[in-house]
Order: sequence, then C-alpha cells, then structure tokens
Amino acid sequence: MKLTLKIWRQDGPNAKGDFVTYQVDDILPDMSFLEMLDVLNERLIAEGTEPIAFDSDCREGICGMCGLMISGYAHGPKQTTTCQLHMRSFSDGETITIEPWRADPFPVIRDLVVDRSAFDRIIASGGFISVNTGSAPEAHAAPVPKENADRAFVAAECIGCGACVAACPNASAMLFTAAKVTHLGELPQGQPERYSRVVSMLNQHDAEGFGGCTNIGECSAACPKGIPQDVISTLNADLRHALRTGR
Amino acid sequence: MALIDGLYTEGEKIADTKAPNVPIERKWTQRKFDAALVNPANRRKLSVIIVGTGLAGGAAAATLGEAGYRVKSFCYQDSPRRAHSIAAQGGINAAKNYKEDGDSVFRLFYDTVKGGDYRARETNVYRLAEVSANIIDQCVAQGVPFAREYGGLLDNRSFGGVQVSRTFYARGQTGQQLLIGAYQALERQVAAGTVEMFSRHEMLELIVSDGPDGKRARGIIARDLVTGEIETHLADAVVLASGGYGNVFFLSTNAMGSNVTATWRAHRKGAYFANPCYTQIHPTCIPVSGDHQSKLTLMSESLRNDGRIWVPKRREDCDKDPRDIPEEDRDYYLERIYPAFGNLVPRDIASRQAKNVCDEGRGVGPMVGDFRRGVYLDFADAIARLGEDAVRAKYGNLFDMYAQITGENPYETPMRIYPAVHYTMGGLWVDYDLESSIPGLFVAGEANFSDHGANRLGASALMQGLADGYFVLPNTIRDYLAKGPFEELSEADAAVAEARKSVEDRTQKLLSINGERSVDSFHRELGNIMWEYCGMERTAEGLQKAIDLIRALRDEFWRNVRVLGAADTLNQSLEKAGRVADFLELGELMCIDALHRRESCGGHFRAESQTEDGEALRHDDEFAYVGAWEFTPGTAESGIDSGTMGPPVLHKEDLVYQAIELKQRSYK
Amino acid sequence: MATTTAPAKRRTRARDTTVFLKFLMATTGIVFIGYVLLHMYGNLKVFAGQEAFDSYAHHLRTFGEPILPYGGMLWIIRIVLVASILGHLYAAFTLWSRANGARSQRYAVKKAAKATLGSRTMRWGGVAILVFVVWHLIHFTIVKPAINADVSASAIAESPFTMMVASFQLWWMVAIYLLAMIALGLHLSHGTFSAQQTLGWTQTARGYQRARTIGYVVAAVVVVGFALPPLAILFGIVG
Repeated sequence: MKLTLKIWRQDGPNAKGDFVTYQVDDILPDMSFLEMLDVLNERLIAEGTEPIAFDSDCREGICGMCGLMISGYAHGPKQTTTCQLHMRSFSDGETITIEPWRADPFPVIRDLVVDRSAFDRIIASGGFISVNTGSAPEAHAAPVPKENADRAFVAAECIGCGACVAACPNASAMLFTAAKVTHLGELPQGQPERYSRVVSMLNQHDAEGFGGCTNIGECSAACPKGIPQDVISTLNADLRHALRTGR
Repeated sequence: MALIDGLYTEGEKIADTKAPNVPIERKWTQRKFDAALVNPANRRKLSVIIVGTGLAGGAAAATLGEAGYRVKSFCYQDSPRRAHSIAAQGGINAAKNYKEDGDSVFRLFYDTVKGGDYRARETNVYRLAEVSANIIDQCVAQGVPFAREYGGLLDNRSFGGVQVSRTFYARGQTGQQLLIGAYQALERQVAAGTVEMFSRHEMLELIVSDGPDGKRARGIIARDLVTGEIETHLADAVVLASGGYGNVFFLSTNAMGSNVTATWRAHRKGAYFANPCYTQIHPTCIPVSGDHQSKLTLMSESLRNDGRIWVPKRREDCDKDPRDIPEEDRDYYLERIYPAFGNLVPRDIASRQAKNVCDEGRGVGPMVGDFRRGVYLDFADAIARLGEDAVRAKYGNLFDMYAQITGENPYETPMRIYPAVHYTMGGLWVDYDLESSIPGLFVAGEANFSDHGANRLGASALMQGLADGYFVLPNTIRDYLAKGPFEELSEADAAVAEARKSVEDRTQKLLSINGERSVDSFHRELGNIMWEYCGMERTAEGLQKAIDLIRALRDEFWRNVRVLGAADTLNQSLEKAGRVADFLELGELMCIDALHRRESCGGHFRAESQTEDGEALRHDDEFAYVGAWEFTPGTAESGIDSGTMGPPVLHKEDLVYQAIELKQRSYK
Repeated sequence: MATTTAPAKRRTRARDTTVFLKFLMATTGIVFIGYVLLHMYGNLKVFAGQEAFDSYAHHLRTFGEPILPYGGMLWIIRIVLVASILGHLYAAFTLWSRANGARSQRYAVKKAAKATLGSRTMRWGGVAILVFVVWHLIHFTIVKPAINADVSASAIAESPFTMMVASFQLWWMVAIYLLAMIALGLHLSHGTFSAQQTLGWTQTARGYQRARTIGYVVAAVVVVGFALPPLAILFGIVG
C-alpha cells in the first residue's frame, strides 16, 4: 500500500506546530497503525530526521496509552484503540491526517503526545473507595446482585485513553468521569461515598477545564470499550441526589 | 580466580536469613511479630521510593502511604494506571476454597512449588498462598468487579490445569480490574499528600551510599521524560517493582516500554540477579506476520480445551489452504506424542513442540526469515460437535480479537498460533523480607525471583504482585525503616554525585555516537539471538555462540547506534537506547546462566538434559539451587560505560524442601 | 509538568458544576416543551373556526378569574417563560463558552460518528429559534403589524383569527414559519431526549432508547401540529 500521511509535528509544549506530509509505500495490510508509524520512523531516523513522537505501550488495546486522531476519528474509523487498528482498514493511495488529541486540559507535549494527567487528578478527587489495606471484611460478606456487578464491570472497563474527550465536540470528560461514578456507585462497597464522590469528581472535572456534556454521544461511539451513554445518566442522577440532600 | 567455562566464577553460597526458624505455617506470623514497629508519628519522617506502579508497586505505594510514610512513586508511563499488569487476562488464584473442592493454603502452596518445577523457595511460596485470601477481600472492598454468580457471591473457575476452582476473574480483564483498584488506592494517597507521583519518569541509576554502617540503597537518579531533566531523589529505602525483562527478546507479550533498566542498574550496583534464564513462553499467541512486527498478542490458553493443534505432514502442503489438506495429511502432533494429555500438555511442552515442527519446515503462515512460524489451532471439530453458537459463546471474544488482528475469520479457517515470551520468573535476588543483597533495596512482583521457580502457573502472577505489594512488603520494610531515618544525604555526597554523573555521561554518550543504525535495529537483532539460542530450547553450543554474538552486537551498539534529538526534551529514541543498552548486558547474563544450568527445568529446556523420549530431565542433585549472580565491572577499554561487564560471580542458594518432597514431572 | 500532584482540596458543591447548569437547561427546556405543546394545541383550534379560536384566545385571559385578575394567568405564564428563557440562555451560553475554551486549538479534520443533525445544530439552531421568537412576538403579540395589505390593522387587532389567517395567506410568511418549525423540531428532537438523560432518567439501555424515541415523537408532533394551520390557511382550507 502507498499512503500520504499528514502528521502534526510540534517540537515542544510551547512550540508552534504544523502538519508535515510524508509519503509511505510498502505498507502491508497486516501492519497495525502504530507499526506503520514505526516503519516511517525507522526511515526518518535513517534520513537523519527526528522520529515522530507518539505514545503507545501495551499494544494490545488495554493500557490506554495510545491515541491518535486519525482523519477526524478518535482512534480511527474502527471502534478500537489505535494500536488495534490495522492498515487493512485503509485503502491504497489514501491520504490520512494524524493529529494529537485536542483539548486544552490535554496539552500537547510533543508531536502526537499529550499530557492526560488531568484524568489522574479526577480519580484522585474521589474515584476510589476509602478502604485501607488490611481493613477489608471477608469478600463474601456483601453479596452483589449479578446485574449490578455486571453493570459495574461494563463501566469499569474504561482504559482512560481520552478518546471520549478527543471525540467530544465540547471536549468534555463526562464519559470518563461517569464511568467511574457508575462503576463504584453500582457496588455496595461504593455506597458510603457515593454522593460526595460525584460532587468532588465533577468539580475536579470542571476545574481541569473540560467542557460540559451535551449528550451528543460522540464519546461512546469513539470509546474503544464501548462504554454506553447511560453511565452519564447515572452520574446526573447521583448529582441530582447530592443536590437534593444539600451537598 | 579461574573462570568456569571461561565465563564466570563461583563465590560463596548465600542463604535467606530472615525467615524465622519455626514450622512453615507459623513463619509469616512470627516474622510479622519479630519485625520492628515504627511509631505512627515517626512514619512521616521516613521516606520510601517505589519504582513502578503495577500491581506490586502500586499496591505497595498505596499501602505505605496509608500507613503514613512519605512515598515517592515513579512510572515511565503517563499515568500509573498503565503499568503492564493491566494486560493480564485470566485471573488471580486464592486459597479461599469457596467451592469446597478440597483447596487449602497448603494445596495452593504445593501446586505452586510443583508447577515451578521445584526451583522456588519454599518459605516465600507458603507465605504467598497464606496471604492470597486477604488479597481477594481487599480487592472486593476496593470495588473490583469480579465475576459473580446469580446469588451475588463470587464465581471461581479452574485455570491452568489445576484440579480445584480457585481462580477469581473479571471476564478476560482481571489484571486491568485489579490494577485499577490499586491505582485508585494510590490516587487516594496522592490526594491525601502521602504519595508524590512522578509519572513519565524513568529510573536510570540507583544511589548506594557507603556510610559507617555499610552500604545502603538511598535513592535513585531519574529522568523526567518530558523535560529531559536528570533528577536526584533520595529516601530511606528504595523499592523496585519494575516488572520483568521479557522485552530482551524484542518480540514478547510485554508492553513496548517494559524494560530491565531499574533492576539492571541495581544489579550493577551490587544487587544479585537470580535465575535470569527462567523465562516463560506461552504457547497460544498470534504469530508474527512480518518483519514490521512490534509486539505479540497472547490469547487465553483455554482455547486448547476445544481446539486441535496440527501442522501438515508434508512441507509441500504448508502454503496450501488448510481446508484443502485432507485429514490423513495432517499431523496432530501433540495428540500423537502425548496421547494422554493431548492438546492440554503444559505450556512449556506445547511451546517446544510447536518450535520443533516449525524447525522441521512444517510451520504454516507467512515466511518470517527462513521459516514459517505458526501451527494451526483448528476448531472445525468443535464447531461440528458443539455448533458454531456454542463455540461463539465460549470463545467469541478471543475469536474476535484474532479476527481483528489477522483479518481472518477463525470460524471458517483454522487459527494460526505460535509461542511467545510473556513472563520472566528470574529477577533480583531477595530474601524472605523481599530485601535484595543491597540493604535498603527491596524488590517486589515480577522484578524479583522469589515465588515461581522455573515456571509460573496461570493466575499466579497477579497473586504474587498484590501479595508483595499489599501484604508482604509493607510488613517487612518496616523492620528496615525502624532503623531510620538515616543520615541526610546531599547532592554533593560522593555516592549521589557519582550516580548522577554516570547518568549524564551515559546520556551524552548515547546522543553523541551518531552512528548508522537505529536503536530498534539493535533491539531486533538482540531479540533474534535470544530467541534462537536462549528461547524454548537451549544447547551449550548455541548459548556459547549467543554470548559471542551479543558481545559483538553490544560493541557495535556503542560505536554505531544513531540516537537523534536532544537530551532536554521528550526523546523516545533516547529512552529506548538506554533500555536496549541494558538489555544487551542482561542478554549475556541470561545466556551464561542458561549455559551453566545443565539441566532442563520449567521454562529452561536444555537439549543435553532430556529423557530418552525427549522429555525435560531435571538434576536435583546438582542444580537444586537458586543461581544468584553478582556483577563485576569489566576492565573499561572502550570508554564510558560502553557496557563492559566482567565475569559475573555465581552465588548459590541451596533450595531446602522441608514441607514437601521433590518429584519429577511427567505428562506422558 | 509530568508530576500529577493534586491541587489542594477545596470545598466542593453540587451547584458549582457544569451538570448543575445542565439541570437548569433541562428543567427550563421541559417548561418550553410543555408550553410549545399547549401553544400547538391552541393553534389547532383554528380548524374549529373563527369563533372558537377567538373565544379560546379570550379565555386564556380570563383563565383563573376571579382569583387572578384579567390576563393574570397569561402574565404568570409569561413570567415563567421569561425566567426560563433567561435560565436556558444562561446555561447554554456558559456551556458554549466553556466548550470553546476547552478546545482552543481545533482539529484540522473532524468527523462525526454518532452526532445527529439535531444534536449538532443545538447551539446555532437555538440562536435561530431565539431570533424567530423575537420576530414572532413582534408579529403576533407586541406590534401586530399589518403585513397583508388586504387586511387592515384594526381588523387584526379585533380578531386573533383574522390576524392569523391574514398572515398565512402570504406564502413567504408560511415559508418563514415552516423553516422555524424545522429548526424547532431539530432542537426538540435532541433537547427532549437530552433533558431526560440530564435528569438521570435513562440509566439503562432501554431507558436511553425510550428517551431517544420520545425526543423524535415530540419533535414530530410539534412540527406537524404547528405546520398544519399555516398550510391549511395558505391552501384555503381554513379562513
């Protein structure tokens, strides 16, 4: 396959970036998207040009480190992570535009690498159950109805990649935040902090500078784990409850 | 001293001195009692550095933070949540005996030692089994959504060929869920101010001070991967929980960034490296599709329950459509060689036989180098017997994953699989307290050697990581910390200045070579050498050759690597270069270790040590010991830190089995 | 930069969040949905003839008498509507400007994977509806200009029915109103669903789907219900 790549290059957090166009050929349909970039990088190194910086780690779709805006879609045209996207999803001769996630709370560090530490701070603000090591009761002490456990699992599948923010027209991180609120809120262990959690996580979400949610649904469509919109409804309901009870 | 095989020398024997001398069931309780306590008010005066935020590191950081110590936590990823523990699929073992099927702490202990081919330290493994039940309690309390039954209680399955159902799981994402639990606990401590998090930071050197009371690990030199700044971090103790070194093979199921640098740098500073040749090779991975391949993906072993493994009998058939090869021209080689176990033989055997048939030229799939590297895993019989829907219900997510990666439909054509490196049992030597041979340096999780012997059982890695992080390390490290706080160190201290300078010099050196070859090309070549000669089957001749090849490659690396860019910015080539430089040294030690161990055990198969019918043959009389290697510097002839290594010193720790008896494994 | 040290914990309140703004948006939006449906119902009275329509319009003013003064109910409704529009606009513009601030550097290429026409046009569509409402108030409530040369201003002032018929005998006036109703329909199709989602009524996949359907049904009913009278007048069925 031959492809034309328009890739965002930016030397540093404060540098001005721009698109650079590269032609690649000898791309095999079995390559993953990131392996295609590896091939390009090897060539750039041979030519004496600095390779393109991009994040990736596990390359099996679970760590959430990779994430590129590919021709207008977060993680590309398939609903998966960038590392699990293969070149057979593109056609010979295609022009592909590659950009970093764009959101002010995700500043660009270099080229296609962004800083997603805002997500960590949202979790730190309340995305946990306060239980110190050693103080846990016997695991069977609190049975969890299967439906709640299953819904908690669906929400807990979030890999924190940031595609929801990248795809959202408002650059909102509501799906990310709501997934955690729902995961913990579905479980009996999460009840004591349920309503204070949603208030502090949302405050942190807003303080980081993410936009508000307008229920468009681009986030779920881009989410590699397909986390559904209804988790956002749960977050809303929990906040409503918090409001009613004067939090 | 005379060199053995021209490669190494032998030093004094070592032994664990920390496990109390009481019956095995009481050792851990006794040790916890004996370990000194630290008054809660004094804990905030004591600081701990923890490198790595996987199950072991994340759990340890959270727990020590909760206890009130001042913790600094480091990871090279952009968030502690991304550590590679996240990729573990199957589950986590615990001796809860919820199924009332005869499980117990002793049985889990026994299975783990036996599964490790009797090359693990008995006392550590017993403790692992003992705390396993607490892990499940802790994780459930944190909100880990384990699979449940309709009654609301936790579900268990049997895993990895054991006869009891003791594996807890969260669909195929158990590692992810457990890690997120630890990560949330960690972030809670970050918010509480007890843990300071340094993400996108890589440890590049260990600081070992040499005071009046001897050597102590007192800190690390780390590089901020965003700004490139070289930072000094000092503390009263250092914990390495930096994972395994499977990436020495270039292609493995490890993450792209997984590396040995933290433990290797500690090894160079005096920590013994134990059993480096013990690597686990998983039989059911998706094969390499071409030279561009950057990593391998594992599929759950459960596929072997219903899939049948075969290759064509004749080489000419290898590029045919498998569906056109008639039954009589297929070789179901595992069923042929092991009629009793068939396709369900243990991981090491299934892997080795796949390599053998491919080496005979009967592999399938694309040519990679001179061979086709793949065998068929065929579900046609299962689909005919159970129906496509039943197969889909059982294996649907795995089939989807396969289809996504290969673009082939496994319901119609047989899958192709090939073994891949996915875990390393070897690691830094530690005692019962998880303390290495450098006082104050503790090692947890995959980074240490202690619990899995020569082979790891399925669903045991997660157990060990969390056991170390939540329960073992926080209890043992306090015995050491109680002696602190240790004297203040400053940047000007000789040990600190030396460590810092060596990192700066090395960075400058890597950037200034400006040779012809990329870092990846060296890494790939090293991986090929390791896979060929120190992979599934090893011979003295091959290992000797590998050592020569690695030395030549290392020499070339330091003359001819091309690392572009600058030191004061995000520079991924520079990061990789440092890691590969360390792999180039580790690779040699792995080969030396493999060469010296003239027996077959677990993940280490020596062709010279097999039974008449080709099965692994252990030599308990000669090799029932842990091989702990001490680093010696080379005589620097080729400039700054160009990877010169002297002949390592072997320290043997005899493995004493008091609670159980040694037996030979057999699967015929 | 890479350090992830949390900012100092401050006291947090539920009403300081963007989701609170969304509640404001949703509740005021629901007021409008209710109002629009009532308004549509009233408009359909035009099919019952001049007398029925005019007496309906009169009755609106006497509704609630004698507890309320003449026109009192209408004023209450007007006050509620004005308060709602202010709340709706405040929430909308605050969230709009937040969204702009959250992505100051735009994508060179961005495609929508899921967004509907309704959800994508909420903001500018909302502005268009606002402009229309201003015109609509001038047209039918505040100024009541005699646009149709065939009907005098005094006749318009006398009978709401006459006013309506006179207006919609003009094809271009019908066109303006139809365009506005399409904008309103798009706005409602997303807005009705979105309000339910915001209020946390869609916590299951089925509930979510139901809310979507309700959104489309409300939009369709409103568009058809409002479009019928002008079209009937234009084609001479009424009037």
